[in-house]
Amino acid sequence: MLAAQVRKERHSAGAASFLLDVSIEVPPGITILFGASGAGKSTLLDCVAGLTQPDQGRITICNDVLFDSVPAVHIPAQKRRIAYVFQTLALFPHLTAEENVAYGLRDLPEEGRQERVGEILNAFRVKKLRKQKPGEISGGEKQRIALARSLVTEPRVLLLDEPLTGLDTELKAAIVDDLRAWNAAKAIPILYVTHSRDEVDALGERVIALDNGRVVSAGAPMEVLDAPRRKKLAQAAGFENLLNATVLDLREADGVMRVRLGERACEIEVPLGYAAVGSRVQVAIRAGDILLATERPRGLSARNVMEGRVLSLEQRGAMVIARVDCGVTLVAHVTPGAVRALELAAGRPVWLVLKTHSCHLVD
Amino acid sequence: MEALWVSLKLAACVAAILLAIGMPVAYWLAYSTWRGKFLLESMVALPLVLPPTVLGFYALVAMAPHGPLGRLWVALFGHGLAFTFGGLVLASVLYSFPFAVQPLIASFEGVDRRLLDASAVLGAGALRTFWRVILPLSLPGVVTAAVLSFAHTLGEFGVVLMVGGNLAGITRTVSIDIYDHVQSLEYGAANRTALVLLAISFAVLSFVYAVNRRVWTPWTAK
Repeated sequence: MLAAQVRKERHSAGAASFLLDVSIEVPPGITILFGASGAGKSTLLDCVAGLTQPDQGRITICNDVLFDSVPAVHIPAQKRRIAYVFQTLALFPHLTAEENVAYGLRDLPEEGRQERVGEILNAFRVKKLRKQKPGEISGGEKQRIALARSLVTEPRVLLLDEPLTGLDTELKAAIVDDLRAWNAAKAIPILYVTHSRDEVDALGERVIALDNGRVVSAGAPMEVLDAPRRKKLAQAAGFENLLNATVLDLREADGVMRVRLGERACEIEVPLGYAAVGSRVQVAIRAGDILLATERPRGLSARNVMEGRVLSLEQRGAMVIARVDCGVTLVAHVTPGAVRALELAAGRPVWLVLKTHSCHLVD
Repeated sequence: MEALWVSLKLAACVAAILLAIGMPVAYWLAYSTWRGKFLLESMVALPLVLPPTVLGFYALVAMAPHGPLGRLWVALFGHGLAFTFGGLVLASVLYSFPFAVQPLIASFEGVDRRLLDASAVLGAGALRTFWRVILPLSLPGVVTAAVLSFAHTLGEFGVVLMVGGNLAGITRTVSIDIYDHVQSLEYGAANRTALVLLAISFAVLSFVYAVNRRVWTPWTAK
């Protein structure tokens, strides 16, 4: 278990100072650190790795103290046995893949070193590249070598800073599978930084969401990202609709409240939040949670039915993005088949159907 | 050709000493976050702007039998420092210092910081990181530093004249030799020596540029 309480202030010329103030716990297995860029993810990793010193806090692995402000303890990075794969990978350009991987193994005798390097290159399927330098190796394979270089040292914790950016989904999944297979036996805490929702879904066991230097939410991916409480997080988690709304009335008994979207009368029911009548709130809705009908639907459990008009349809892959004007513009995702069956076209009147609990309040 | 031998010997000694001293100084200047760093930076660059005679003058004063350095030298080796080959090396080291340190700083600073972080995370201390990462990636800068301090020492005149004087076989370098020839109106001899110096200087500089381009390509072209 890795535990880190970190408080670190960053001053940069011109900009307001940035304060990272978090307390996290990372059990064995993959924990995702999720947040928009500038949320403080990399700073937190640098503190854990020992490359940056926190102003205050305490960082421990089990009972081993790596950093403590009182009494002052700061174990230097090279003594922490924490592996760190950087976003840029930072493979040594003048060394071959094999030499890169062997870099952290200088304490082993030559033979044992060769064996370990060979083993891990094999496990990450890059053995054939062992004599090549990073400049001659392709993107995905460089990522595999960087992982191998970090893991061969038998670290106590693995930090990954967006290590798979720029790879296609399949390649990402394959590398993640290899990583999981490796960690099945070692069971070390892995802290995986990303701002990509796809990676969260592919990896997710636990998620810690960071925004503006604070932990805003932690738990299973579904809980954290499907009920975003912050606007930035909602945007990052892929909520296509972020709407300003005014609270009309509260129905505490039902656990809901009615709000008006935009300035015109488009009223919907949303889950009850900490808001007073007349106050402004923001509602986040996924485009995939909105149903489209060409006639006014009846006998539904869904509480929100809004009349509108199709503004535009735009096909993107196997999905059509429909923009609908119902006083405010909402984005809904439908399939190309549904567009044909319903004869959807710009200008056509439609009804949008929305469950109360598909509406999320954010602040 | 005795003068040429003195010059080459002097330049080689100075280049070797400068590499040894220059690397730790350049390392410190490249990576230190100390606020007063600019003071040392200015000191390192000083020989670039000072007339050689100023430097030579102070060096001579320091090396005089009653000067601080001269006294120390006499105590250590039993003879004075001024007008000896050792004194000449010392003064030349000071004079060529920026030519060794500046390229080293530039190439150390050019090494990606994340590579240094990666090295630390993989368990390497500062010394190992220097030998295994910084130095190999700064090789062009090291070659430039060595060759530039060699060439710069080869061509110096003012400092040599002030500190070394003009003792045949000991402190009479090529540039002094040429000056001597011209003073005694032996233009033919001056021309021959000058041509040799010109040729050596050109060869050395061509080498620096050729090596730099070749060594850089694999790493700059990602």
